[in-house]
Amino acid sequence: MTSISHDDTNSMVIIGSGAGGGTLAHELTRRGIKVVLLEAGARQSLASFSQVPGEAFAQLTWLEPRTQSGTTTVVEDYPNLPSWTAKTVGGTTVHWTGAALRARPWEIRARTTYGTVDGASLIDWPVDYPELLHYYQIAERRMVVTRRNGNPGLPASSHFKVFHYGAKRLGYQQVHTGYMAINTRPADHRGMCIQQGFCVQGCKTGAKWSTLYTEIPRAEATGNLDLRAECRAVRIEHGADGLATAVVYRDPAGNEQRQRARVVCVACNAVETTRLLLLSESAKFPQGLANSNDQVGRHFCHHTGCFVWGVFDKPIDFWRGTTLAGVVLDETRHDPKRGFAGGYHLEMAALDLPSIALAGLPQTLWGRELGFVMEHYSSMAGIYVNGEDLPRSTNRITLNPDVKDPFGLPVANIHVDDHPNNDAMRRHGQQQGKALFEAAGAIKVLMSRQTPATHNMCAARMSRDPRDGVVNAHGQAHDVANLFVSDGSAMSTPSSANPTLTIVALALRQADYIERRMSARAI
Amino acid sequence: MRVIATMDRREFLGATGVLTGVLAAGSPLALFAPSRAWALDLKAIASAEGAVLLAASRTIAPHDRLDDAPYALVVQALDDNAMRDAAMLALLRQGVAGLGAGFATAAETERVQALAAIETTPFFKSVRATTLMTLYGSPLVYAYFGYEGEAFSKGGYLLRGFNDLRWLPEVPLADSGPVFGADSH
Repeated sequence: MTSISHDDTNSMVIIGSGAGGGTLAHELTRRGIKVVLLEAGARQSLASFSQVPGEAFAQLTWLEPRTQSGTTTVVEDYPNLPSWTAKTVGGTTVHWTGAALRARPWEIRARTTYGTVDGASLIDWPVDYPELLHYYQIAERRMVVTRRNGNPGLPASSHFKVFHYGAKRLGYQQVHTGYMAINTRPADHRGMCIQQGFCVQGCKTGAKWSTLYTEIPRAEATGNLDLRAECRAVRIEHGADGLATAVVYRDPAGNEQRQRARVVCVACNAVETTRLLLLSESAKFPQGLANSNDQVGRHFCHHTGCFVWGVFDKPIDFWRGTTLAGVVLDETRHDPKRGFAGGYHLEMAALDLPSIALAGLPQTLWGRELGFVMEHYSSMAGIYVNGEDLPRSTNRITLNPDVKDPFGLPVANIHVDDHPNNDAMRRHGQQQGKALFEAAGAIKVLMSRQTPATHNMCAARMSRDPRDGVVNAHGQAHDVANLFVSDGSAMSTPSSANPTLTIVALALRQADYIERRMSARAI
Repeated sequence: MRVIATMDRREFLGATGVLTGVLAAGSPLALFAPSRAWALDLKAIASAEGAVLLAASRTIAPHDRLDDAPYALVVQALDDNAMRDAAMLALLRQGVAGLGAGFATAAETERVQALAAIETTPFFKSVRATTLMTLYGSPLVYAYFGYEGEAFSKGGYLLRGFNDLRWLPEVPLADSGPVFGADSH
């Protein structure tokens, strides 16, 4: 195992080992750059993934306290879980469903496409679509995405048959088993999908792409990676010139350590990325690192994520098969006639028995109605409405000085006042989901409210103008030349796509940039 | 098995209360339990309080053909929380007292009415959340709901019925994909 000295001033420190950090670590180490990869969570394996729903949740999830505020219904419905993020080697790539969707060309020009929207802080991405597409294609080859590069689609599960039938009856054209980073046959030294469900508990065949068993071991094999699991970054330090010099972290025993660094990349998922930058305040940067324009944590976006559940009178057994069984793409278009800007994906989703009751169904449901629905568990179908959230400068992640983590550091507070556009989009999406299920013969349809975000984005966004965001088009901090943001925080707007593929594509692009800048001795 | 202990193996040491019951003849749960008679020790709350919480749990998530035993697991989970957290014990005590001793034996309509009046309280939300997590999270009840739990150990469902729905038409191959290892689907 490679060990990099704490005093090594020539290595990179990447914080977070998920889609962004894990991919970046592999890309840089294979080019001969030494990387220290700090990960707060523990290292699991295909063998150690728990298949007991509650246990798996505890094994992979960030469970330390966070607080929340604002008018979003998540505050009332999920008081202890404002955001559902991972804390494990591989990050959210361990618990994601494998949906590898691209942002659409018009979505990365949101300000231009949607125009001025009251109460929204839209900007265009400082990246051109052809360039993004180039990296999407590299990412899709690397992750072995279905329906791309000649790969077949996933086969249709019983659950998908219901979805497909209803969608076609509604007139949808683009409905299929999705673009999924899930092997339908052995490939990339990974196993194939055996349609067992349990995608989000950690895929025990490795069919679903995760940095845990692709990018990270491959980076280790280069001899240039020093992965330090169960190590929590608590502060990024800088020198008199304002450049980052070191990352202070707590080791597994809780002792403080300091890792010197030539370049620091932050990829902790938007909530913790923001918190780490704010915790890194100093005399020179009293508002936190990379925050001279007061942009860190602002414009926080999730997705308009909510469920529609169809109850049928015939068996479906929707837990059999991939958790996300298919998508409708037709509603991703921007069509203001629907009453809102932007679009959404309808994604077919199943939940295990305790999770559907706890998190999937309306949080106000109990009594005979709950009993009726749960007794029909084997005859249910589910849709997740994954739509574009509009950024607001006041939707912001900040530090909450009143609540401390086990190290005595203030926790993150997530403030979200839903934009009216989100309500309109959710209503439309849920009505379409309801119509879809009714077209397939549902005897009852239920709708949840907004669920805790697993897609956390835009809190340190890329912007052309430093006054609009935290980082430039390459994820490089406007304020600190050797500090990068390498996760979904850097996305300028969230699009309607599940973020993982975009995070991987941006990490691949960022690796090219960092290598060029390091070669030029610019960083 | 700790949760549904048989009478003769039960330890009374330190117990503040006890819930007992007998599994119905033919109950699927009887297949898993060492004896049809079960008893559950409570370590923080009293027997009468446990009975109220059990009735509340059954009212929140009613399943007529389900024995009391899995609902007793909910009470045990609440009792465990109360053991660890004095504030939770106080919350439960206060909530139970508010419902009154007659709640446990009241008709369902009366129980529903009593709970509806308090459904925004932390007590109700806590009992509801623990009911959902414990009742539906217990492998004991999976069979009742038709849920099959983990399937990795059985090779998944790829060749064991993941696509066996026959009451709707098959999906064209263009919108799905081939089943690897099977002749057709």
